[in-house]
Amino acid sequence: MNIIIIDYDMGNVGSIFNMLKKIGLSAKISSNHNDILLSDKLILPGVGAFDKGMLNLEKADIISLLNEKVMIRRTPILGICLGMQLFTRTSEEGNLPGLGWIDADTKKFQFNYSEKQYRIPHMGWNTVTFRKNNFLFDGFVEEPRFYFVHSYHVSCDNEDLSIAKTLYGYEFTSAIQRDNIFGVQFHPEKSHKFGMKLLINFINYS
Amino acid sequence: MLKTRVMPCLLLKKRGLVKTIKFQNPNYVGDPINTIRIFNEKEVDELILLDITATTENKDPNFTLISEVASECFMPLTYGGGIRSIEVAKIIFSLGVEKIVINSCAVKNPRFIRELADVFGSQSIIVSIDAKKNWIGKYIVYSDSGKNPTQYSPVELSQQAEQMGAGEILITSIDRDGTFEGYDTVLIKNVSSSVNIPVIACGGAGSVNDFVEAVIHGGTSAVAAGSMVVYQGKNRGVLINFPLREELESALP
Repeated sequence: MNIIIIDYDMGNVGSIFNMLKKIGLSAKISSNHNDILLSDKLILPGVGAFDKGMLNLEKADIISLLNEKVMIRRTPILGICLGMQLFTRTSEEGNLPGLGWIDADTKKFQFNYSEKQYRIPHMGWNTVTFRKNNFLFDGFVEEPRFYFVHSYHVSCDNEDLSIAKTLYGYEFTSAIQRDNIFGVQFHPEKSHKFGMKLLINFINYS
Repeated sequence: MLKTRVMPCLLLKKRGLVKTIKFQNPNYVGDPINTIRIFNEKEVDELILLDITATTENKDPNFTLISEVASECFMPLTYGGGIRSIEVAKIIFSLGVEKIVINSCAVKNPRFIRELADVFGSQSIIVSIDAKKNWIGKYIVYSDSGKNPTQYSPVELSQQAEQMGAGEILITSIDRDGTFEGYDTVLIKNVSSSVNIPVIACGGAGSVNDFVEAVIHGGTSAVAAGSMVVYQGKNRGVLINFPLREELESALP
């Protein structure tokens, strides 16, 4: 299986590679057209600002290729953190349009009360409550917890696309799915056995 | 249910892990790869690895070792020691490290924090501050692994670091390091109440109760422990250990 971790100079691709290796899978970190074209699974990581993420995808000249792979050829893709946010139409963090694959927008955390415990970014381990029977969370026995670092979160037009929720001041969408498109706000590659299980589930999706 | 983060803080000297007392007498406690594998199996929240001689010996970080560590570490990994340029930071991140720690450079070249934050994002930059009380009881920041006093107070340096774009502050009491006497909650409170970014308390942890004290009386959002997790107790027999999740969950807010 060809697993490509998309390299567009937006954060930590090394740790995703390391976890896949631990699972026994060899992925390739690349932004090469041919690699992406021939891939069976795509992972779009990302740490940093929304506009910079879109600009870097543009700089790598892979936006139209990704549109074709994901929207027409239906290759499964997993967006992680900023990677997931780039799937949406817009972000309050920037001015550039996102990839727009999901009818959703990316919003900044807004708290009505200035309780000190709700510092931004939302950083640390938190529990994830998932909707039953979603493939991505197959076989989880314990209540899963994942590592988060983010100041923005995805807000879907249609709640059906939201497959998991997390509580931080209020409930926000921490995972999404539309057909072959998966996104998680947390970092599975840094979330021990929970992240490993989730990555295995994604790789097994067909 | 966002819990207080609890993280081992491990000290690297050459290829071995060591533990100090008040930043002195580094005592060998084990091999870094094996130790980190154990903490990984114990599913700790995060892990900090600090090379305590990279800066003082004017060396680059040990990239091979960091790479080996990162490939065994499935929780956020923080590395500090000898990071003096954007290029070095870039290599460290590419190996699978989430956050880097800047200590001596935060004193000598504060603008370096800004440059790092602009390239890698504030969330990945931790400024570490080592502080010690002087003879009149005033806290002074020390650089170069506690060797050189600076003109900064911990509060001044924390605020400057925050302005420069640091994402977190790691505050360590040199006087409490390795003593099992509990955190210096006054020092921690001074720092945590003067900045808006998360503060990690370090130096002196001997029990889960000390973690609770640091959170409640020190206002910290995370705690780091050294001796407590590499020794079985005050007699300092090496035993890599970590409190049970259930115990932490019931004790910590």
